[in-house]
Amino acid sequence: MYQYDEIDQRNVDERVAQFRDQTRRFLAGELTEDEFRPLRLQNGLYIQRYAPMLRIAIPYGLLSSKKLRMLAHIAREYDRGYAHFSTRQNIQYNWPPLERVPDILAELATVQMHGIQTSGNCIRNITTDHFAGIAPDEIVDPRPLAEILRQWSTFHPEFAYLPRKFKIAVNGAAEDRAVIQMHDIGLDLYRNAAGELTLRVWAGGGLGRTPILGSKIRDDLPWQHAITYCEAVIRVYNRYGRRDNSFKARIKILVKALGVDEFKRQVEEEWAQIKDGPNTITPQEFERVSQYFAPPAYEKLDASSVSFDTKLATEPGFANWVKRCVHAHKIPGYRAVTLSLKPTGIAPGDATTEQMEAVADLAQRYSFGELRVSHEQNLILADVKITDLYVLWQAARAHGLATPNIGLLSDIICCPGGDFCSLANAKSIPIAMAIQERFDDLDYLHDIGDIELNISGCMNACGHHHVGHIGILGVDKDGSEWYQVSIGGKQGNDASLGTVIGPSFAADEIPGVVEKLLQVYVQERHDDERFIDSVRRLGIAPFKANVYAGRDRKEAAHV
Amino acid sequence: MSKLIVDNAVVTDEWTLVTLPVVEEEVRKQAGKVVIFKLTGEVAATSEQIAGTLIPDNGKVIVPFSIWQARKTELESRLEAGTLGIWLESFELVEDLISSITDINQLPVIAINFPRFIDGRGYSLATLLRTRYGFRNQLRAIGDVLRDQLFYMRRSGFNAYVIRADRSAADALASLRDFSEPYQGAVDIPQPVWRRIARPSYQPSRGAAMITPVDDID
Repeated sequence: MYQYDEIDQRNVDERVAQFRDQTRRFLAGELTEDEFRPLRLQNGLYIQRYAPMLRIAIPYGLLSSKKLRMLAHIAREYDRGYAHFSTRQNIQYNWPPLERVPDILAELATVQMHGIQTSGNCIRNITTDHFAGIAPDEIVDPRPLAEILRQWSTFHPEFAYLPRKFKIAVNGAAEDRAVIQMHDIGLDLYRNAAGELTLRVWAGGGLGRTPILGSKIRDDLPWQHAITYCEAVIRVYNRYGRRDNSFKARIKILVKALGVDEFKRQVEEEWAQIKDGPNTITPQEFERVSQYFAPPAYEKLDASSVSFDTKLATEPGFANWVKRCVHAHKIPGYRAVTLSLKPTGIAPGDATTEQMEAVADLAQRYSFGELRVSHEQNLILADVKITDLYVLWQAARAHGLATPNIGLLSDIICCPGGDFCSLANAKSIPIAMAIQERFDDLDYLHDIGDIELNISGCMNACGHHHVGHIGILGVDKDGSEWYQVSIGGKQGNDASLGTVIGPSFAADEIPGVVEKLLQVYVQERHDDERFIDSVRRLGIAPFKANVYAGRDRKEAAHV
Repeated sequence: MSKLIVDNAVVTDEWTLVTLPVVEEEVRKQAGKVVIFKLTGEVAATSEQIAGTLIPDNGKVIVPFSIWQARKTELESRLEAGTLGIWLESFELVEDLISSITDINQLPVIAINFPRFIDGRGYSLATLLRTRYGFRNQLRAIGDVLRDQLFYMRRSGFNAYVIRADRSAADALASLRDFSEPYQGAVDIPQPVWRRIARPSYQPSRGAAMITPVDDID
């Protein structure tokens, strides 16, 4: 993975010094709350319902064992012994004392980590495919470009006070696991007919109050122009994006207001002026950064293993785990492994200090000392030998990290919700837990198969409810919490936004609603049809009919 | 104590900033409740405001762009004397300023207003004035200008900053030096770091934590 040189290190050290002084001035009353807010947000610090919340950047989701041990140390020393992995491939602490945040950031800087631009109206953490570098369907490793963009966007002077937050994702595989159409800018890397590295650019995607999938604004952009093209897009946005209403300030609103063609025209006009300027990426720099992402020293292994096959045949628990949590790898004899952070009864994405330390050890022993965070809020060991899978499974199980539910109903994406977040209209974690408890029967979960259930506690959609096959959104109705249910959302290449099925529900009704949705699926499904396929074929009507059948209309008419 | 920083020092300000007369707040009713809408931001100056703006007879003045547009003949001689500057609101277009004047460098100073420090349009306006339109004279940040913006302002082409009245300009000087080696090319340092400095390439010994020998197969 990328290693800091003196310049990178100096930047984060100077940032710590700057923020330490800003915090001092705030505590001394020299900065007002309004003045301090954008400064602390651009260091990941929110003031939340019960305490501050600190979000630490994990650039494009890549971590080392050493970094993870530091994250565990922070959780133990400054927090309550656990932390939350977010849908932005970042990590969040829920109880750090404000006055100690500069010390936390100073500790993180010693392992090349920081909270820079993890919040605020600026360019946020660049995200990408959690299987980057190892996926069999990968065309180009997106991480070198993601790292180059990370550096470019860090302290970008022109774009530190945009109308709203700005998220960039990079994909380099046939299947888009980076969900680039959900981003303000999505970059799709591919090779053109001549074999040259080329970009397709999407803009104006985003969830939140007005969910919109991004529109394609450029094909055939040579990779050297990735930065200048992004600059053109963001400059147009910075100048003309709305600033009078924060709900209408994302770039998606500008793209919609201008129309994609006019937006494209303005971007092209701006880009024509800065194309080939100094920020054009040089082959030398691309090569320098790429070296850090060179494949690790893989062994030459047989594609299969007799001992592995024997365990699969004789241990159903292991076989279940392999089916759900072990993924293909482009190198023969290797697999990627997802360590589930979604066991029943635990908030999705939460990990304890002990679990983080255990994962750091497992990564070191079995996966070249590196791991990834997925936007589904799980941890991934990307380079595990097939012959190590059985021992790894046993170790993971001992730490509660081997729930074989990846991609299943209980692998819920969920924001922190009303238990922690001051933006939330409703709690989300108890809903996730109630669903996990209701559907705790693994045989049933495996029978239902691939399904994505996403929960957000408010319109801001941190839980990506719009693109869940089943999406649940917490809404506030006269001061009490209700939940709106949508179906038919999907991430990936054929992304779609879900449709709300009808009036909202009380919290305790939700597991029953999910059950009724699944009943329709089980009755109506064709062979090999996933839940999302059935919804697309049947439309929402039969699902809606079953969910609301027999309900008193008056009782149900909450929204 | 002066609030003006030029380059790296606090200096006396020779320029008078001319502003439009304030318009009364408009009172409207919304859902039966009285709501006060402040006339800020994207509202064009009214003809009454333009006519009613008082410009001192003597000395160096920085006038609103809308005044320059509407009362050009009155201001031409001061432009030629080098005693006229113009300031832009964050929503005004730098392109309009350029087309309103024969040579942008006739202006000894252009100021850009930051109505609130979270309004970042001024950074793009400054960048364009410097990189696209060749403005070489003083580029001044006015309005809600606080020390924690200065580093980004300088990188975007500003070289003068009027620190908000309730804060110390001397203290603010320190923030111009917040970071020593920026990554991206911008106005002050056009070359990105990888064109300025030979950065180290990957050394495997610092990289992967576990390297297993290739022949160790069981």
